[in-house]
Amino acid sequence: MSHTLTRPAVAEAPARPRRSRATRRERGVGLSMVAPAVILLLLFLVVPALLGLGLSFTNARLISPEAPRFVGLDNFVRAFTSDPTFVASVRNTVVFALFIVPFQAGLGLVLAILVNQKIRGATAFRVIFFAPVVTSIVVVSVLWKFLYQKEGLVNAAIDWVTFGAWSGADWLNNPSTALGAIIVLSIWQAVGFHMLIWLSGLQTISEELYEAARMDGAGLWRQFTAVTWPGLRSTRVFVLIQITIAALSLFVQVDVMTQGGPMNSTTTLVYHAVRQGFRNQETGYGSALSLIFFAAVILVTLLQAYLTRNKESER
Amino acid sequence: MSAPVLPTTDPAPSPAARRDAAEPARRPRGQRGGRRRRTVLTYVLLGILGAFFLFPLVFMFVSSLKPDAQILQDLSSWRAFLPIGDVSLGNYDKIFDRVPVWRFLANSVIVTVVTVVAGLFVNSLAGFALSRLTWRGRGLVLGFVLATLVVPFETIAVPMVYWVSKLPTLGLENGVLVYDFGWLNSYKVQIVPFVANAFSIFLFTQYFSTIPRSIDEAARIDGASWFTIYRRIAMPLSGPAIATVAILSFLAAWNQYLWPLMVVQQEQLRPVMVGMQYFFQLNTAWGEVMAYTSLITIPVLLVFLVFQRQFIASVAASGVKG
Repeated sequence: MSHTLTRPAVAEAPARPRRSRATRRERGVGLSMVAPAVILLLLFLVVPALLGLGLSFTNARLISPEAPRFVGLDNFVRAFTSDPTFVASVRNTVVFALFIVPFQAGLGLVLAILVNQKIRGATAFRVIFFAPVVTSIVVVSVLWKFLYQKEGLVNAAIDWVTFGAWSGADWLNNPSTALGAIIVLSIWQAVGFHMLIWLSGLQTISEELYEAARMDGAGLWRQFTAVTWPGLRSTRVFVLIQITIAALSLFVQVDVMTQGGPMNSTTTLVYHAVRQGFRNQETGYGSALSLIFFAAVILVTLLQAYLTRNKESER
Repeated sequence: MSAPVLPTTDPAPSPAARRDAAEPARRPRGQRGGRRRRTVLTYVLLGILGAFFLFPLVFMFVSSLKPDAQILQDLSSWRAFLPIGDVSLGNYDKIFDRVPVWRFLANSVIVTVVTVVAGLFVNSLAGFALSRLTWRGRGLVLGFVLATLVVPFETIAVPMVYWVSKLPTLGLENGVLVYDFGWLNSYKVQIVPFVANAFSIFLFTQYFSTIPRSIDEAARIDGASWFTIYRRIAMPLSGPAIATVAILSFLAAWNQYLWPLMVVQQEQLRPVMVGMQYFFQLNTAWGEVMAYTSLITIPVLLVFLVFQRQFIASVAASGVKG
């Protein structure tokens, strides 16, 4: 207690020990309240992540009488030098992302601008564009698998639109069209989600800015480039990063529709990791593939941090 | 069927959602002709795009009512989108013979409801402690939670299977406590790993910090415990946050596919999405596939149509961190 007397403000003295006791109690309460969540996150996120890091340097198998043995960088060397499927996976994943990011983000923005207008039925269209998002991607993949058949509805529609000039393809069974077919259905399924993110960005832009632009005689395109586009700067970074990470994680569509084929034309990083790590029971190698995927995600996330920081310093 | 997972108290529509209510274009002056032409053009575009977004779902529901022969026959005409011709609920009858549909639905409902309810509790409690209590180490815990946001589930799926196959499990056998190893083939392996969610904690933390702190102080003076403040004050004021977390975790849980595929081999424990696998054989009966996919999609679409305002607000909220 004596140390409190040395403090200049005597009036604080009685309050101090009481507050620290209350603070200590608050700490106990706080810790016990976060404990369930923190313990679960540690057990089912941090531990598996660290385990994956460790296993990627071993030859661990899912079910094996032998204990995992340390093999150094063997798994990574194998991926980059003697696994053609891995190389195809990386290429497909990158191609998928390169197409998905601009098309999905662009179409999402177009939809958002269309349904952001004060017209009758705008809400109904928002609901329609969002309906595929709530539909499970497994269901969506099965459904489109049927639509994409040689004698399927997609080809019937192409036939009808081109008056029979072009009869389409056997989309999922052709190595040159399979990935493209998956790209189209992926955009269809998820674009409604990004439409809403764009929409919430659009609604933060003040109507006065548009009025001022119109006063200056700006047409629709000028209003878009001078007001809308700059106003969406932070939304843009968020949407692009979200789509990129989702694109890198492509799995279900491939698993349901093509199993990576034909001729590895649709296999992806995550699909390959799951196939090796789980179906072929090679936990060590699968973990290494997952780690490579995680490195890509971290790279994209760092890019986001960089782009966001850049924005703030420019202001 | 899946209705109980949503909050019973209807959250007040957010300002953004309320603004959604479509109003007829009523602009004071300006080039009316150009504006009207623009509106017509907008509707034409919306109509084409709307058809593109609706046609696969309409096709699915319509086809589920037709026998395979009729589906194939209608494929190249508008009849594909109309329930005409040989229409019946026959496919729905047949899927019940082929797979234990009720069992799969019950499993999905159990997993979804428990994950959502437990998740609401665990994550809101953590969010409360992180936003309304002051304690040393709080910043550290918040930093930890935010850091875990960058780990996609796909990156840990493979080591996670290895991990849960080694976890200890307790049980009672003839009144004696026994333990074993391996969480595979159980409900808990489908639920427990998904209860805590960094993004939900983050949303609750954000939301709780908007409630004035003077309420806590008044309640503390009246002798209320922190848990009472959480239960009686913070949660009842957090309808929109609860709805957001409930909706996002409902969708994630109902649509689970990769994880149950890996960790649940026993048919009687599998959820609806994995049940889909049973329909793909040498000659796929597409009418039955469409009936099954319709059956597991209808509950979600119904919940979505009833709560569409909240769904839209939820997704908008998930983008605020950008």
